[in-house]
Amino acid sequence: MKTCLVVDDSKVIRKVARHILETLNFRVSEAGDGREALDACLVSAPDVVLLDWNMPVMSGMDFLRALRDSAIPTRPKVVFCTTENGMAHIRAAIEAGADEYVMKPFDRETLESKLQIVGMA
Amino acid sequence: MSAPSLDLAPARGLLPRASSKGTMGVLTAILEARTGQQLAANREWRVETVLKPVLRDLGLETLDALATAAQHSTAIGDRVADALLNQESSFFRDAAVFEMVADAVDSLRATKLNRRPRVWSAGCSFGQEPLSLAMLFAERGADQHDLPPEIIASDVSEAALARARSGRYSQFEIQRGLPIRRMVRWFDGDGVDWVAKTELVRRINYRRLNLVTDPPPVGRFDVILCRNVLLYLTIELRRQILDRLATVLRPGGVLVLGAGETVIGQTEAFRPSARYRGLYEPAVREG
Ligand SMILES: C[S@@+](CC[C@H](N)C(=O)[O-])C[C@H]1O[C@@H](n2cnc3c(N)ncnc32)[C@H](O)[C@@H]1O
Repeated sequence: MKTCLVVDDSKVIRKVARHILETLNFRVSEAGDGREALDACLVSAPDVVLLDWNMPVMSGMDFLRALRDSAIPTRPKVVFCTTENGMAHIRAAIEAGADEYVMKPFDRETLESKLQIVGMA
Repeated sequence: MSAPSLDLAPARGLLPRASSKGTMGVLTAILEARTGQQLAANREWRVETVLKPVLRDLGLETLDALATAAQHSTAIGDRVADALLNQESSFFRDAAVFEMVADAVDSLRATKLNRRPRVWSAGCSFGQEPLSLAMLFAERGADQHDLPPEIIASDVSEAALARARSGRYSQFEIQRGLPIRRMVRWFDGDGVDWVAKTELVRRINYRRLNLVTDPPPVGRFDVILCRNVLLYLTIELRRQILDRLATVLRPGGVLVLGAGETVIGQTEAFRPSARYRGLYEPAVREG
C-alpha cells in the first residue's frame, strides 16, 4: 500500500484529501504545517507528500527545500496542492523540486490524474 | 454490443417533469440523426441537466417546447445534438498510446520519408488529443524537421471545434492528464483559464467533419486516432466508418481506438498491429 502525507493547515482540506486518497488505496497521514511534516518524514518518509503552500510555522516551500536537502534515503514525490495558481509560483515550485502541482480547488479526478502522472496511482 | 435502448427507465424518477417519453425520444432521435450517436443508458439522466442552458438561451420553458422547436429549426436541432454529445476528453488520455504514435512517426522519419507524416484526430472534442500530439511531436524535435507532421483534427460539433481552436481550458480541464511541466511550457495563464500557445495551436488544422455522412479528408494518413467516438454507434455504422478509415490509412499506417474499443468482430479491414500493442493496421496491403 502506498503512503501519502497530507500537509495542510486546514483540517477540512486534510479530511477531503484523506478521503479521496483512501479511495485510491493510499495509507494517509497528516501534518498541519511544514515543520510537523518534516519531522514526520525524518521518522518515516512517505511515497508521496501532498503539500499546501501557505502554512504557519513552516511554509510548503521551506519544507520542500528542507526535504530535498535532508539526508533521508528515499525521494518522496512532492505534489503541491495550493491556491497559489500563478505561473510564477508554479515555476518556483518546480525549481525547488516539486514533481507535480495541483491547483485548488481540486476534485478526485484531478488528484488521481496528478498521482498517475507521478507514477503513484 | 447491442445498441443501448433509448427508452428511459421511468422508475428512476429522474424524468423531467414536463416531458413525456415521446419528448425524450424526439430529442435523442435528433442526436442520432445528426451524429449516429445513441444516447448511452448511463447518460440518459443527464438529458435535462445538459439541455437546461439551451432552454434558458432560447427562452423556452419545457423540454416539450424544445423538442418541437428543434424539429422546426436546424440551428436549434444542432444545439440540442451538441448538448447531448459526450465530449469528455483529457490530455494524454491513455498516455502510453501517445508515445506509440510518436514512435510510429519517428520510425517513418527513419525511412527518409520525403513528405510530411500525416496524422488525423477524428472526434477531437475540445482539442486535448491533437494538442497532446502537437506537444509530443514538438518535444521530440519532429517539428524542427523540414517536413513537420501534419495534424488534422475534426469533430462533428462546431461548438467543440470552436473551443478546440481557442485552445482555452478551465482549471479543471487543464489538470486532467497534463503534466505540470508541459503546462508551464505550452500554456499561458489568462485569468482563471489556461490558453495553449499560438505556436502550438497553429500546428493543428481543425475542421468540421461528420464521420457518418462526410467523406474523410483528402489524401492518406500514417496515423488515425478515432478514440471513444464510435462506442455508441450501431454496429453497422461502426463497420462502415472503420471500413472508410481503412481506405485512407496508408499501408503500414496505424489506427488508434479508445482503451475499451476494438476492431475485432467489427470489420475485416484492420488487424492488431504487430509493432504497436493495442493499435491496429490495415489488414490488406494494397498494391
Ligand atoms: C468522448 S469524445 C472523445 C474525444 C477524444 N477522441 C478522446 O478520446 O478523448 C467523442 C467526440 O466525438 C465526437 N463525435 C461524435 N459523433 C461524431 C460523428 N458522427 N462524427 C464526428 N465526430 C463525432 C463528439 O462531438 C465528441 O467530441
